[in-house]
Amino acid sequence: MSAGPILAARGVTKEFVTRGTGKVVAGKARFTAVDDVSFEVPRGGTLGIVGESGSGKSTTARIIAKLIEPTRGTLEFDGEDVTSATGRALTSFRQNVQVVFQDPYSSLNPKHTVERLISAPLDYQRITPPQGRRAFVAELMERVGLNPDHAQRYPSQFSGGQAQRIGIARALALRPKLVICDEAVSALDVSVQARVINLLNELKADLGLSYVFIAHDLAVVRQIADTIAVMHRGRIVESGSRDDVFERPQDDYTKSLLAAVPRIDPEWDRRRLEMLAAEAAAENAESTEPAEPRARVGGGAA
Amino acid sequence: MLFYLLRRVLAGILVLFLISLFTFAIFFWLSPDPAVQICGKTCTPERIDQIRSQLGLDLPFLQQYWQFVSGIFVGRTYGEGAGAITCAAPCLGFSFQTNQSVTDMIADRMPVSVTVAVGAAVLWLLAGVGGGLLSAVKQGTGWDRTVMFGALAGISLPNYFVALLLQYVLVVQLQWLPFPHAASFTEDPVAWFQAYLMPWLVLAFGYAAMYSRIVRTNVIDTLGQNFMRTARAKGLDQSLVMRRHALRPSLTPVVTLFGMDFAGLLGGALITETVFGLNGVGKLAADSITKNDQPVIMGVTLLAGLLVVIGNMVVDVAYTGLDPRVRVRSA
Amino acid sequence: MSITSAARTISIPVVGAPLLEVEHLSVSFPTSSGPATVVRDASFRVDQGTTLGIVGESGSGKSMTSLAVMGLLPRGGTATGSVRLFGHELLGRTDRELRRIRGDRIAMVFQDPLSSLNPYYTIGVQITEAYRAHRGGSQAAARKVAIEALERVRIADPDRRIDHYPHQFSGGMRQRIMIAMAICLEPDLIICDEPTTALDVTVQAQILDLLADLQRQTGTGMVFITHDLAVVSRVADDVLVMKDGDEVERGTTEQIFTAPRAPYTRALLDALPRIDDPFETLKGVQA
Repeated sequence: MSAGPILAARGVTKEFVTRGTGKVVAGKARFTAVDDVSFEVPRGGTLGIVGESGSGKSTTARIIAKLIEPTRGTLEFDGEDVTSATGRALTSFRQNVQVVFQDPYSSLNPKHTVERLISAPLDYQRITPPQGRRAFVAELMERVGLNPDHAQRYPSQFSGGQAQRIGIARALALRPKLVICDEAVSALDVSVQARVINLLNELKADLGLSYVFIAHDLAVVRQIADTIAVMHRGRIVESGSRDDVFERPQDDYTKSLLAAVPRIDPEWDRRRLEMLAAEAAAENAESTEPAEPRARVGGGAA
Repeated sequence: MLFYLLRRVLAGILVLFLISLFTFAIFFWLSPDPAVQICGKTCTPERIDQIRSQLGLDLPFLQQYWQFVSGIFVGRTYGEGAGAITCAAPCLGFSFQTNQSVTDMIADRMPVSVTVAVGAAVLWLLAGVGGGLLSAVKQGTGWDRTVMFGALAGISLPNYFVALLLQYVLVVQLQWLPFPHAASFTEDPVAWFQAYLMPWLVLAFGYAAMYSRIVRTNVIDTLGQNFMRTARAKGLDQSLVMRRHALRPSLTPVVTLFGMDFAGLLGGALITETVFGLNGVGKLAADSITKNDQPVIMGVTLLAGLLVVIGNMVVDVAYTGLDPRVRVRSA
Repeated sequence: MSITSAARTISIPVVGAPLLEVEHLSVSFPTSSGPATVVRDASFRVDQGTTLGIVGESGSGKSMTSLAVMGLLPRGGTATGSVRLFGHELLGRTDRELRRIRGDRIAMVFQDPLSSLNPYYTIGVQITEAYRAHRGGSQAAARKVAIEALERVRIADPDRRIDHYPHQFSGGMRQRIMIAMAICLEPDLIICDEPTTALDVTVQAQILDLLADLQRQTGTGMVFITHDLAVVSRVADDVLVMKDGDEVERGTTEQIFTAPRAPYTRALLDALPRIDDPFETLKGVQA
């Protein structure tokens, strides 16, 4: 164990060979999806990778999950070079790095029960939990806010938010150190999204996880990331601490990206919070309890 | 576009080369000695050697193969001196059974197979596309169920069974048709038509069954596309929506299928021709296989390969005209 | 002219009638266990030159509401209540009558521009066919109108681009084409169903600006359906909040965002992540 970053990518490049436009013989054309990208994921922290379609963020996610090989560059996990890890080293990497995908339904086999889905990674790694499979699954389900009594149900019997919790539980089964969330909350409704974001934040604190959080929604990334990398056309155009990037962007592309995000007039938000506070104060005056000043800040999970 | 075609032709030639090489190799190593077969029952070793050298069977594999291939393009001569037999290009050799030129045999039989294929294709396109459209548009109704039941029958019943059943019903029971006998179109068009009607129906039934199911699926799929909703939201009338927006996306994939099926059928409908006693390429193939008449089998196989390669090429070219997304990529 | 029936008469407003008035609209579909109602008793109005935002999460019935207005409900769907365009009732009209209104008086822009355009035809064919279906005339005249429409949605080089196929355009461009198709007949009302949801955020901003400009120029009324509260706060004059087919709350945009009454609206606003304002814990909405 070293005290350095949990994951470091250095000079990672991914070129895809596509069919060329040659005349008699098609030939090959190269397309650089990820171009000399370097970043670090701080231990216990969250790196947010943001970008629009075609920015290379999803390819980056697949490279650091070791689902595809980079053309050039190195990948270090927990201080060790895993760029071309095989055998035991790769098994260990797969145990420590898990991925939560965008569409919960298509990433869960519809014919398997939740219990089987959640405990499947244990089988792949040939691990038997000391407390038994059933208890193990029940603990995890509770941990992600699912009712353990539903362990024998199938994915289609769950809502989108619940299905994503199953995906998270499965990712946590092997007690990973790093979880890669590839647009993990993008398909969810706002209300459900908020609760899944809260869950991810809680789990990070409780289990000492690190995240790579990849998303196109900048407002969501702002809620969860500690550091940010902005990608554009395969390159990282700006990176830094969350508040630096969001509040003091240096790069022109980052600036235009942030400017394009639709916002609710802060003045309207202020007036709404005042109204809510006044309402709460009126109510509390009746029940003689102190008012809670900032409605949206506060105490852990609901 | 021209370069695209050139590329396809080169690929087609490569495929044909491989087909011919493999077929030739199979006969060279796996089949009994043709010389013995030709020589017949009263045979001497000298006679066998003579046949071998005349046919070039004593040469090594590659040399034999080379002679065969060059025969196709420039013709070849068997034997030497006065007893030499010349075989003009495209030469596929001579039948071991009848000593006829294989090229001539195939050329004689082609009109029958082409007639069978064209007639059946017209029928199955009409029935398959029409039935598929009807059952898709009337999805869930009696029409739909009737067409799909028919299609199920067409797919599950074997060709030869349908042929025999049809013969029994139309010829024996109802006596609507005389027992088919070959007739020339110019001399007796009615008899000609009667001779081909049943093969057409039998072949078309099987293909139409498959096509109607595919067309139905395609149309239903297309009807659910977002662009159909857009077309209706524009206020187009229903028939224009169907004709312009639904038909082309639904039928374009059928073109691929049709090209392949039709090309395959031109090379002879083995079972149907045999059942109905039609002297087409299919029957020729069936006969030559039972008699192990190697030059004929080779010739028929190469013809089938050539037709499929050409069919494929025509389909690909047609596709670039039909689907703009393909067109731009290949341009 | 033969186009003097429904479409023309409807464009003559009943005195004092708003552009679009929907009252007690309900939409249901038959299922094996009886009819399932996907929209229950929704009412709203849209005035000329204004935008109504309909906001809701998945399954809220917001898209079905718009399809009911167009008479384009999927097979088996029935709508009850009242939908009036300039005071003329649309519900209960035949498909033939509605056809004259669709595209001409009310146009739609859909979510996914690629799948909403037919890949087999040039965009020119797809824009002009709408024009010709309603106004007739020569192909050349329709083409001229289409090129003008493409110009108005700021597609460069429209004379050449009009003969290109949908896949030859980027996502944002395709949505501009959908908008060109919608405006070429100068409709009274444009219904936009999640028009920017499939687009990148920078492209979304351009499309929203474009829609606002076009509305300023033409005074078209607009219904803007979206799940995105931040977007609706930018584009709408009035907002209707829907949940599970029910109307939750209706009001001016300012009222909805500064003094929401319904607990659901409040919860939604609490749950929405703010890009300028990170919080330790977002308030989830209780389902």
